[in-house]
Amino acid sequence: MHLESLAGLGRALAARQVSAVELARLYLARVERHRDLNAFLDVRPEVTLAQAQQADQRIARGEAGPLTGVPVAHKDIFVTRDFSSTAASRMLQGYMSPFDATVVERLAAAGMVSLGKLNCDEFAMGSSNENSYFGNVLNPWDKTAVPGGSSGGSAAAVAARLTPAATGTDTGGSIREPAAFSGVTGIKPTYGRASRWGMIAFASSLDQAGILTGSAQDAALVFNAMLGFDPKDSTSLECAPEDFTRRLAVSLDGLRIGVPKEFFGTGLMADVEQPIRAALRELQQLGARLVDVSLPNARLGIPVYYVIASAECSSNLSRFDGVRYGHRAEQYDDLIDMMSRSRAEGFGAEVRRRILVGTYVLSHGYYDAYYLKAQQVRALIAKDFQQAFSACDVIAGPVAPSVAFDLGEKAADPVQMYLSDLYTIPGSLAGLPSMSIPCGFGAKGRPVGLQLVADHLQEARLLGVAHRFQLATDWHQRVPPGFQ
Amino acid sequence: MGKAWEIVVGLETHTQLSTRSKIFSGASTAFGAAPNTQASAVDLALPGVLPVLNHAAVEKAIRFGLAVGATLNPRSIFARKNYFYPDLPKGYQISQYEIPIVQGGAVTIQVGEHTKTVRLTRAHLEEDAGKSLHEDFHGMTGIDLNRAGTPLLEIVSEPDLRSAEEAVAYAKTLHGLVRWIDICDGNMQEGSFRCDANVSVRPQGSAQLGTRCEIKNLNSFRFLERAIEYEARRQIDVLEDGGRIVQQTRLYDPDRDETRPMRSKEDAQDYRYFPDPDLLPLVLDSAWIAHIQASLPELPQARRERYVRDLGLPSYDAAVLTADRETSSYFEDLVRALPGHAKLCSNWVMGELSARLNREERAIAQSPVTSAQLAVLLRRIADGTLSGNLAKEVFDAMWAGQGDPDQIIAARGLKQISDSGELEKLVEAVIAANPAQVEEYRAGKEKAFNFLVGQAMKASKGKANPAQVSQILRAKVSG
Repeated sequence: MHLESLAGLGRALAARQVSAVELARLYLARVERHRDLNAFLDVRPEVTLAQAQQADQRIARGEAGPLTGVPVAHKDIFVTRDFSSTAASRMLQGYMSPFDATVVERLAAAGMVSLGKLNCDEFAMGSSNENSYFGNVLNPWDKTAVPGGSSGGSAAAVAARLTPAATGTDTGGSIREPAAFSGVTGIKPTYGRASRWGMIAFASSLDQAGILTGSAQDAALVFNAMLGFDPKDSTSLECAPEDFTRRLAVSLDGLRIGVPKEFFGTGLMADVEQPIRAALRELQQLGARLVDVSLPNARLGIPVYYVIASAECSSNLSRFDGVRYGHRAEQYDDLIDMMSRSRAEGFGAEVRRRILVGTYVLSHGYYDAYYLKAQQVRALIAKDFQQAFSACDVIAGPVAPSVAFDLGEKAADPVQMYLSDLYTIPGSLAGLPSMSIPCGFGAKGRPVGLQLVADHLQEARLLGVAHRFQLATDWHQRVPPGFQ
Repeated sequence: MGKAWEIVVGLETHTQLSTRSKIFSGASTAFGAAPNTQASAVDLALPGVLPVLNHAAVEKAIRFGLAVGATLNPRSIFARKNYFYPDLPKGYQISQYEIPIVQGGAVTIQVGEHTKTVRLTRAHLEEDAGKSLHEDFHGMTGIDLNRAGTPLLEIVSEPDLRSAEEAVAYAKTLHGLVRWIDICDGNMQEGSFRCDANVSVRPQGSAQLGTRCEIKNLNSFRFLERAIEYEARRQIDVLEDGGRIVQQTRLYDPDRDETRPMRSKEDAQDYRYFPDPDLLPLVLDSAWIAHIQASLPELPQARRERYVRDLGLPSYDAAVLTADRETSSYFEDLVRALPGHAKLCSNWVMGELSARLNREERAIAQSPVTSAQLAVLLRRIADGTLSGNLAKEVFDAMWAGQGDPDQIIAARGLKQISDSGELEKLVEAVIAANPAQVEEYRAGKEKAFNFLVGQAMKASKGKANPAQVSQILRAKVSG
C-alpha cells in the first residue's frame, strides 16, 4: 500500500479497500520502524488516529474528496494545534501553537490525516538539514549523505515512503534541493499562491509553502486543496480557484523548453549534468523543442539572496526574545541581558550568523549599499526571466550542482553550503513556480533532480510537463533499498 | 541683560485613531480592560502570525490629510522600525518611514489676537507598543499588551512655533481638529493624544536653527507648556554661560517641573528601517478619497472664516467658538434661532455659559441649559424685555432647573420696564430726591449722571431699561 500513489490511495479509500485508520496505522508503523532517519520531530498516534477516524466517518457519509483519509506530514515550520511547532530550534522546543497554519487547516479540511511534524533546518535556514537542533536527517538512498535542506525531513520521509506527501517551505530552494537530493518530486508555487499564515517566518518576501510527493500528479491533487487566497496573508494573491490537474493530459508537442546556459557552466558536476542532458533529450522525444536562453544576472543570485533573506530574518526573528514564549535563559542580570542570553542560547550557529549579517546590511550607512542594491539586482534577475519566457514556455536545468553530499562534508563551510542553492535561488528571487523531479542517479547512486521553472501562475503547465516526463520514465517510482 | 533669544518648537503628536479594532489585528482597542485580555495572537507576535491592515485606520488618516489640506500619497509604504523592548512583541514597530500616507498640510492657530499658520511636515500611520508595568511584581516587570497594535497617526509639525504659548495653541487646535473630524477621542488621560516637543533656541534674528532637544510623552497642555518653558530657559542658561547644547532626548518631570536627559544622540538606536515585506504598499483609490472628502463636516478653519465674514464676529470669538465641535454646534443652533444677533450669542456662549460649565466641570453637551432654551432667553434681551443683569438672574434659575425663561421672568416679575410714562415718573422722583447731584452734573461732572442712572435702576429694582433711563434723564436734567 505504501508504494501506491497518493491518487491511488484516494481511490482505494473511496472504494473501501482500505480504511483511513488502517492506512494511518500502516504509515505510523513505517515511521516508527525508520526512526533512525530522524525525519519526524513529533508523532502523536492518538491525534493521527482520531483524524483518521473522522476521515472514515466522512467517507462513510459519502462526503469524501480525493484526499480524504490520505496521510500527510508537515514540515515543522508550519504551526499546528495538535503537534508541537519548533522550527527545529531550541528556541521553540515544546512550543504549542493555539492555531493551525492555513496550509495545515486546508489540507485537514480536505480530509488529509496528519502523521506529525517533520525535521528541517532550524528556522528553514540551511541546505542539508544539519542545522536542526534536534539532529540531522539521513538520506534514505545513502545514510551517509545529507537529504538536502531545509525541508530535509519532508524529502526523506517521502523518499522512504513514510508518508505519501509532506509539506515543505522554499525560500531559496528548500523544497527543490532536498527533493533532488532525496529523489522525490517537490514543487513550490508562485509567491503568493500559498498562504504564509502560520508559517514561522524566515524571509517573508521569499517564503513559500509547497509540497513534496511521489509524483507531479500527486502534487497537483494536493495543490487543489492547499493553494488559494487567504485574507489573513496580505501578500496572498487573489486568483480564481483552479484545477491544477487540468493540464496533466496535455502533450508536449511544440512546447518550448528554455535551457539557460548559465546553469551548465563550471561548477556543475559531470555526474549531475549527464542525467540532466538525458532528461532534456527525453523531453525532446516527447515533442518539446529546446531553446537556448540566458539569465545573465542569475550568477548574482546568491549574494542578493543572502542580503535580502538575512535582512528579513534578522527582523522576523526578533520576536524570539524570551519574554512571552520560547526559550528563556536561566541566569540573567536585567531585561536586556535576559533577551541577549535567551537568544544566544536559543538560536543555533547558522541562525545567529544570518541574524548578524541581516542586522549589518540594514544598519545605518550600509542600507543603500547592501539591501537597496540587492533589491535592484533582484529586479534585474526577475527581468531576465521575463525575457527568457518571451522565447520559451518552461525553463529546465539542474536543481543543484552536485548530488547529495556527505553528512558533515560542508557543515563547516557556509559558503560551499550556500552554493548548493546556486540554481534554485534565482527562481525564488523572481517569485516563480518551480519544481524538482527525479531524473536519474549520479555519483554513489545518489539521486539527481531536474528543475523546471515556469512563468508566474503557470503551476498547471509546470505540473503537466513533469507529468508527461513521469509517464515516460520511472525515476520517480524508484524506491531506496530497504524501504520497499 | 543678555541678548534676546528666540524659541523654536516643533511638535510630534501621537494621535490614537478611534477605530474599534487594532491597526493590524482584529483585537479590540477599548481602554481599561484587564491586562492582556485584548491581545490576539497577532498582538502577541506568536510564531506564524501576519499583519492585515485595518482600513478604518487608513480612512481616518485620509480624513486628517484632507482636513489639513495635505498631499495624500497615492502609494505609501509600511516599514519596520527595529528595536528590542519587552513591551514591543515583534521586536519591531510597523510604521511608515520614507513615504508616509499624509505629506504637508497646515493648521491655522489663534494666539491672543493674531492668527498664525503652522506647516505640517507629514503624518504617518503606525502601531502603538504595549506597556511595561514595573510596580506590583516584586522586582520583576509585568507586560500588558492590550495597547500593542493600537492605531496611531503621528502628526509632525515643522519648527514653526515660537513660544510655549504658540505650541499649546497649536496642540489645542490640533486636538480640537482630530475630535472635530472624528478620528480620535482626544482623551489625554488615557494617552489618546500625546506630544513630543522638539525645542531649540537661537539668537533673535538668526536664520539658523539651534541644536534641539526632544521632550518625550507630554500628555497634558499644561505639561507641554511648562516643559517647553523650562527647556527653553535651560538652553538659554547653558548658552549664556558659554556652554553648548547637546542633542538629546529628555523627559519632563511634572513633580519637579524640570526636564531630565533620557538618552543622547551618541547612544541613539539604529532602527534599521526597511519596508515591511508582510504588507503591500498602501495604495489609495481616488474614488475612496472623494467619498471621504464628501463625508467631512464643515471644518473649523472654514467655519471660523465664515463667522468673521458672515456673522461679523471678531476672529478671537470665531476661534474660541470653533475650538471644539460641540461648542460650535451649540453656537450654530443658537445663532440660527436668533439671526442677526451673533455677537450677543457669542458673548453668552463664551461668557456666562462657559463660565458655568467650567466651574462645574461639565461638557457643553451636558449643559442643563440647552441651546433652544438659551435662545429664548437671549431673544428676551434682544427685544428689550430683559436687561443683561436680569438675564443673568434668569439664566441662573434656568441652570437650577426652574423652567423656561418666560415662566421665570413672569414668576419673578423681572420684566424690564420700558414704558416711557412709567420711566418718566421714576426719573422725576430721582431728580427730586437728589438736587445736589443734579447740580453737579449740570456743572459738568459726568460721574454725577451715572449716579443718577444708578438711583433710577435701584428704585426700579433693576427692571428699568437702562438705555431708556439714560435718555429720559439726560433730556430732563439738561433741559
